[in-house]
Amino acid sequence: MSQSLSWNRKDLIDVEPLSRDEVETIFTAATAFKKAMEADNMKQPYLNGRTVVNLFLEPSTRTRLAFEVAASRLSADTITVTGGASSLTKGETLRDTARNMEALKADIIIMRHSASGAPNYLSKVVDIPVINAGDGAHSHPTQALLDAFTLLEKFGSLDGKRITILGDILFSRVARSNIICLQKLGAKVTIAGPSTLVPKAFEAMGVTVSHKLQPALEGADAVMLLRIQHERQTATHFPSIGEYTSSFGLNKERASWLKPGAIIMHPGPINRGVEIDSELADSDQSVILQQVTNGIVVRMAILHLCSCAYHKQAIELPV
Amino acid sequence: MSHILWIKNGRVIDPANQRDAVGDIFAVDGKIVDSISKAQEADATLVDATGLVVAPGLVDIHVHFRDPGQTHKEDIRSGSEAAAAGGFTSVVCMPNTSPVCDNAGTIQRIMDQVEREAVVHVYPTGCLTVGMKGEQLAPTGQLKKAGVIAMTDDGACVQSNEIMRRAVEYAKMFDLPIMDHCQDASLTEGAVMNEGEWSLRLGLQGWPKAAEDIIVARNVILAELTGAHIHMQHISSATSVDILRRAIDRGATVSGEASPHHIEFTDADLRDYDTVFKMNPPLRTDADRESLIEGLIDGTLACIATDHAPHSPTEKDREFDAAPFGIIGLENSLASSLTTLYHDKRLSLSEVVALLTHKGAEICKLDAGTLSTGAPADICLFNPDEEWTVDANKFFSKSRNCPWHGRTLKGVVKSTYVDGRQVFDGQSITA
Repeated sequence: MSQSLSWNRKDLIDVEPLSRDEVETIFTAATAFKKAMEADNMKQPYLNGRTVVNLFLEPSTRTRLAFEVAASRLSADTITVTGGASSLTKGETLRDTARNMEALKADIIIMRHSASGAPNYLSKVVDIPVINAGDGAHSHPTQALLDAFTLLEKFGSLDGKRITILGDILFSRVARSNIICLQKLGAKVTIAGPSTLVPKAFEAMGVTVSHKLQPALEGADAVMLLRIQHERQTATHFPSIGEYTSSFGLNKERASWLKPGAIIMHPGPINRGVEIDSELADSDQSVILQQVTNGIVVRMAILHLCSCAYHKQAIELPV
Repeated sequence: MSHILWIKNGRVIDPANQRDAVGDIFAVDGKIVDSISKAQEADATLVDATGLVVAPGLVDIHVHFRDPGQTHKEDIRSGSEAAAAGGFTSVVCMPNTSPVCDNAGTIQRIMDQVEREAVVHVYPTGCLTVGMKGEQLAPTGQLKKAGVIAMTDDGACVQSNEIMRRAVEYAKMFDLPIMDHCQDASLTEGAVMNEGEWSLRLGLQGWPKAAEDIIVARNVILAELTGAHIHMQHISSATSVDILRRAIDRGATVSGEASPHHIEFTDADLRDYDTVFKMNPPLRTDADRESLIEGLIDGTLACIATDHAPHSPTEKDREFDAAPFGIIGLENSLASSLTTLYHDKRLSLSEVVALLTHKGAEICKLDAGTLSTGAPADICLFNPDEEWTVDANKFFSKSRNCPWHGRTLKGVVKSTYVDGRQVFDGQSITA
């Protein structure tokens, strides 16, 4: 069965260039895949015979697994190459690595890379579809799309909804992509956290910047927590994990400032007891595991749409 | 027999001598003379410069020729050819070669190679500190004897205030200017572009202009303390221009330069992660760009210098974070400066020529940049109004990392003379 969906992009690098219609097209396809999955119709034929390469040059568990599951549910053959196992450690350039994959007749490259803009570069180097699985602090479009999809399941529409993103915004690609994606869908976004990790300059992206937790959480329909990585890049940005938790960790009292019925989200991996109280993470308010499940169907939708666009095929979806 | 050059009927622009009028220029045996005799006229090489500007050969006090050590990027021959093609007759090379120029032997080697291979005047600089490590003073006296005309740790700004204070105090004894790349390294660890809205959007690590401002302010204070001349290289920040302006008003022995890219491009040009816009200091905002132009107009920034920094195509063809800093500019500096400053009606033609000639020469005390009687007959003939489209693939430089590639600029070099002899004829190197 085919529905009249239109999609013309072979690459998904960033949320920024997507129109609201395009975002909704992704969700239409994801919804169809989710319904099929819930009906125990797990495997779809659309990428049968295609080879999907997961080029993960930076550590990742959740995103890599979700892409592997998504590709195999679409009947693709999947190959995963991780940083240490790639020829990049032997001095090969990203251009040569990618062009070799193309020569090996890979059909789609999914890349995670520590350098911002690396997938923009890759998409100019190869002809086949490139899907960004996270680049530096720049963009993580599939995470933002699965987050928005999860929010839409809960709220139906995001128009006028207040969503607060809390934590390390400065170094977060998830935050950047969510800021863009959620605003595209009509939500009002507040970013909150320590001033050193949540610079005022983000206001240029249309968000409200807050360094006080209570006003940032009060009346919010959802709060999206981000992992704090004090051991890595943020060593000079705040005094200690303990101090972060005391000022910005989400606990039951602080969660009570949210609008009744508000949901708590986290892209994972979570640090229990740091940015989120352990019980809250497991509470009914938390949709953290739904996000993970939705990550499969949203990524199935993206792989399917980009492959159809590349091969100029009509878009079919499960009944 | 004497070698006699007679350039006839051009618009002679010699800002150092307040000259801007149609006329003739004469040179005998490599030196400018006021006039030549009838007998000499008969022997002269006659050049008709009708419709062209006849200017002093251009001077660039900030280039990297990568020689010795990184000659796949550039060498003294190719770099000097690029200079000649850009109308430059005197260039000052930075000492971050491999090995670095912290000893007289390396300078001697460079001087020998310049003597054999260069088609323009090439002047070396010496490192301020041993190994450009910022820890121990380099042998300034020996470096001066070997031929350096300034001291600098360009690219590796001396972080210790004590070392910098002693280095400038010591260099002053030898009457050598100090050129400093102003960057507080503690504020720029991992940084690859200007810190601001665009670094946030692109997720690239930001280089706050405060890191430049702090060192510019420090250098002003040390110049006032020691009386040494500290020249601030490639100023990129509006605040730095303001600090310099006030220091110069007070009579501090400081100066500054602007590069053609910082007065033309901004950090928004990085939106596609094109590494040809990656340089250090980084492109900044439109407000900074405007302040630099104002600094050139009011003299706070004394001159234009390219920071010609060649890198091979393979080195630049990388993820943005992994690509090296630097771009080339010698072959389009005149045209881009004319386009941004003269054709945009910010400065007169003579004022732009001044920024590209005697102003820089004065900072480094070079015998260059004027058409005064007795000066070396270094001359640049150009058409200020002719349009051309920059094609980096046709450059004489070995490298191609030019952000103007594909852009249309106004101003074409027609001929370059060094010591009275043509080295570039508008198409080819003739030396």
